[in-house]
Amino acid sequence: MNGLLGAVVDGILYSAWLFIIAVGLTLIYGVMKILNMAHGTFYAVGAYVAVTLLGWWFAQGLPPWGIVPVMILSALVAGLVLGVVVERGILARFAGRDPIVLLLVTYALFLILEDVIKLIWGVDPWIASDPLWVFGQVEFGELIYPTYNLFIVVVAAVVGGLLTWFLQFTAKGKILRAVIHDPEVSRSMGINVGRWNLIAFITGSVLAALGGAFTAPTISVVPGMGVEVVVMMFAVVVIGGLGSIPGTVVGALIVGFVRSFAVHYWPELEVFSVYAVMALVLAIRPQGLFAGVELRKI
Amino acid sequence: MNFARLMTSLACTALVAAAPLAAHAQADKPFKIGVPTFLSGAAAGPFGIPAKNAAEIFAAAANAGELPAPYDKKGFGGRPIELVVIDEAGGTTKQVSEFRNLVEQQGVDMVVGYTSSGDCLAVAPVAEEMKTLTLFFDCGTPRIFEAADYQYVFRPVATATMDNVGAALYVSEKLPEFKSYAGINQNYAWGQDAWADFEGTLKSAKPDAKLTTSQMPKLGAGQYNAEISAILGSKPDVVHSSFWGGDLEGLILQGAPRGLFKNSVVVLTSGETALHRQAKQIPDGTIIGARGPNGIFAPENTYNTWFRKAYNDKTKEWPSYPSYHMVQSLMAAKLAYEKAQGGDAAKVPTKEDVAKALTGLSFEGPSGKVEMSLGKGHQAVQEMVYGRVKKDADGNIGFVDVVRYAPERVNPPEGVSSADWIKAGLKAAN
Repeated sequence: MNGLLGAVVDGILYSAWLFIIAVGLTLIYGVMKILNMAHGTFYAVGAYVAVTLLGWWFAQGLPPWGIVPVMILSALVAGLVLGVVVERGILARFAGRDPIVLLLVTYALFLILEDVIKLIWGVDPWIASDPLWVFGQVEFGELIYPTYNLFIVVVAAVVGGLLTWFLQFTAKGKILRAVIHDPEVSRSMGINVGRWNLIAFITGSVLAALGGAFTAPTISVVPGMGVEVVVMMFAVVVIGGLGSIPGTVVGALIVGFVRSFAVHYWPELEVFSVYAVMALVLAIRPQGLFAGVELRKI
Repeated sequence: MNFARLMTSLACTALVAAAPLAAHAQADKPFKIGVPTFLSGAAAGPFGIPAKNAAEIFAAAANAGELPAPYDKKGFGGRPIELVVIDEAGGTTKQVSEFRNLVEQQGVDMVVGYTSSGDCLAVAPVAEEMKTLTLFFDCGTPRIFEAADYQYVFRPVATATMDNVGAALYVSEKLPEFKSYAGINQNYAWGQDAWADFEGTLKSAKPDAKLTTSQMPKLGAGQYNAEISAILGSKPDVVHSSFWGGDLEGLILQGAPRGLFKNSVVVLTSGETALHRQAKQIPDGTIIGARGPNGIFAPENTYNTWFRKAYNDKTKEWPSYPSYHMVQSLMAAKLAYEKAQGGDAAKVPTKEDVAKALTGLSFEGPSGKVEMSLGKGHQAVQEMVYGRVKKDADGNIGFVDVVRYAPERVNPPEGVSSADWIKAGLKAAN
């Protein structure tokens, strides 16, 4: 029973973490049709900014309740700066180019940003683990978790809720959905698609950085940390369907729970299990579970 | 005719006169050492940069003649040392190309490097083919000299076999009451070999102990909540981990607040590198290894005193085991080169002479005695040390129950593979 409870709790925690980061990737793809290879590096930058600000915060002896705003601020700063610089400075200049070219551009960005990280923060690990301890612990059966871990679930729920509300229940959200559906028709209706590209890219970047910022206290922040993350994010969005936000929720839950149950009951299949599910989904629905079938333009 | 004879005589005289000058010029030529070590990626912080620092400290001190005797001659037998440091990141194919580049383009006389076992396995046959003296300084796989014979390839540090055999012996002897064990190791050669050696040794050292779970997350996974839950749920008495770098630090950060270190005795075979940054998070009772008598377990000797001071002066930090491994390998190289000179400082020994001098070499370094007694004299053994963390009132880390295992207790005898030796219950060791 404890094993089952542990598997469920770990599945929820891991799914929440996956969702925060992957939803930014899928939003960017949905609006701009760019598969952002540098998304994992945006996550890493968010973690680095957060760990820097958290270190400063605790060094000043400031109260621990302030760390949540500090982490949100870290994500906003990192995501905003990266989003504006990358979208306006680079991606906007490649607008309308072949998707393969854009993929290569973001891959180049990933390599450049990895070196920029080393230039700014060096190669030594950065650690700011105080948030894991200051909020105490919660018990699920016999298992203990830092209360802080639950923050990630709350953040994922808030992000998912806000995105759903914005897209489904606001006029601006409807405009964005129109851009996602067909940018050409949207442009002909007077919508400034370029501006929505910028907004979507900044939002996606902030979400990646938010994932990094909230993960930072639980890990050793090191160069290259975004590489593994982006691989897992691709698994999530491929399962759910590229560009689909409900698909990302389902993809994150599938990957999170499959991995968690594998770890608890078949640990030797942990790495294999996620990619086996991804291969199965691709075999049955190559476009992912929630993406619509695209017409081939000849 | 007379003119021709005169010219021939003059040419011969010039050649004879120039010969010592040429030898002298060669003897003054810098001795170039290629140093591939991680300068980027997750392994740079804990391994690559400390190793690079150690190489630079060694080269500067050797060039100034400031190393303790018998390493106190300037440079390599009088030749100034020049380092060519390159990044080890990028995988085995890239490293093989980089190795060729070091030899053919940069013209290095020797290569001292490599942390990744995969890189060592890939580079060894290439080094042999190119007849380039190559000293592996940190990679752990015992397979290099168990699976092949080499003339130009050496490893003046011990293999990872002794880390995990030592860990199993330590828990069997120091925790005789333990009944169950679990493992969390990275899912690639390093983690799989470490786990196989630990578990294999326990089968003979503690046959009644039961395995509860073996977790093998992907290298660099970062998130270990599910693995920690699975281990906590299986309630083992002992948890073994060969995690390194960011993964090791992540495991400590995530495991400590969840009671992993409180509910079980955790053995971290490469834990020493985490002590420098995570003293606060590592709880009392944790069993720590340093891949030999390095760092906190290094003996008090002249070389260690020099190295700790020199490293601290340069970096304001204390050296960790990768830096010990690097300086130890460079000391072996310098000693062998000067041994091959046979006391003639003007002599430039051949690669074959240096290889012969390195074979079976026995020397002292910052981590004590090193003997190149395995792999037909190409592979070193050393003692293995484990201890349990005990902090003082100020939270500074100290160690209790420190056990030093003699090299023959934790390494297979010559001619026997680690896997066979462990499978046979370490019989040849007793």
